[in-house]
Amino acid sequence: MSIVALMARDLRLATRAGGGTFLALAFFAATMTLVPLGLGPQLRLLAAVAAGILWVAAVLAALLSLDRLFQADFADGSLDLLSLGPLSLESIAFAKIAAHWLTTGLPLTFLAPLTALLFDLPGRGYGVLVTSLAIGSPAVSAIGAIGASLTMSIRRGGLILPLLVMPLLAPVVIFGAGSVKAAIDDSPNAALLFLAAFSLAAVLLSPFAAAAGLRLNLHA
Amino acid sequence: MADSTCIEAVGPLTELHVADVALVRGERMVQRALNFRVIAGHSIVIGGRNGAGKTSLLRAIAGLLEPRSGSIVLRLSDGRALASGEDRGPFVGWIGHLDAIKPQLTPAEHLEFHLRYHRRKRRIADALTQSGLTELRDVPAQYLSTGQQRRIAFARLILVGRPLWLLDEPLSTLDPHGKNLVRDLITRHCAEGGIVLAASHEPLGTETQVLELT
Repeated sequence: MSIVALMARDLRLATRAGGGTFLALAFFAATMTLVPLGLGPQLRLLAAVAAGILWVAAVLAALLSLDRLFQADFADGSLDLLSLGPLSLESIAFAKIAAHWLTTGLPLTFLAPLTALLFDLPGRGYGVLVTSLAIGSPAVSAIGAIGASLTMSIRRGGLILPLLVMPLLAPVVIFGAGSVKAAIDDSPNAALLFLAAFSLAAVLLSPFAAAAGLRLNLHA
Repeated sequence: MADSTCIEAVGPLTELHVADVALVRGERMVQRALNFRVIAGHSIVIGGRNGAGKTSLLRAIAGLLEPRSGSIVLRLSDGRALASGEDRGPFVGWIGHLDAIKPQLTPAEHLEFHLRYHRRKRRIADALTQSGLTELRDVPAQYLSTGQQRRIAFARLILVGRPLWLLDEPLSTLDPHGKNLVRDLITRHCAEGGIVLAASHEPLGTETQVLELT
């Protein structure tokens, strides 16, 4: 399977020296450690802001490695070669989105409950926190890929990418953090369902948008 | 080259026909009306000054660049004529001016990936031997010289096995032994009924024709 081969290659590259996985996780852990230090030991305040800070930090950490998603393959000529292979640009985009999620979104999902301890997040919030990250983080990789495909030929695209992508990620942060807050407050709430719907649409549609961006840059 | 004499081996191609092709790079017109034809079993060298459009021409034939006007048609021996770049892609063996090498991966890992990606069942050992990389098979590419990285690109070209080879400055970073190797590969590929187009400032010694872009 060509698509599995491409995903496996990206996983291998991400976890070798110079890959983005460790960096994203370290960035996330460092941010999550610094915020409680900055806010001071007010447990009630920390618990109240935990979900929001967690989600924002997770999105920023994922964005950190997104600018290289297509840029690395574009800059060394790999993308030319991949596009002459059996996969469509849409499938290539999907494989790279999936690999990015497996190397950032998924590990962040497991790391998040550990860092939530620093915020004294109430016990009933943990299950929803992990669920919301598992559901919402694929949307971050998918929508980020659209921005990455547009900025791959720009030298300092890493700075433009968050500007392009962050407004589009507002629903993920709103519903993601909202679902955790609702669970803590014990209030009934459909945030997880909205998050799931948004994420599903993002994962289904963004490979096509990203492929259009790739085509634009590749054939220029 | 003992086997270069048996030219009757029939590949899947009959000819590549480029008619009235105009190429634009950025906003600049680099070629107005290119016309030529390459018949299966032949290799041609594309020469010309820097910026004459050699790379653009190769990209246009591969389908990586849309020509402004004109037609590029690849005719197959089963009668099909492929006029769109997307259809030609699966027939193209590509070596660009960038080698598409990942510094973290070894030559063996590069080749194994491309075998799986292109759904080929072959052994990488032969390709490694042919390109002189057997002893370096497990050394990450970041420790290899540019010439050795270029050899990985050629090993990949052999393994993936496409009939239309488009090579951008194939000899540029290679030592004399590597250059001979490339000449042998091109001769053999043509003998098997393939087509080779190489953008090069130095003659390959295998070409049947030189196309000078002005």
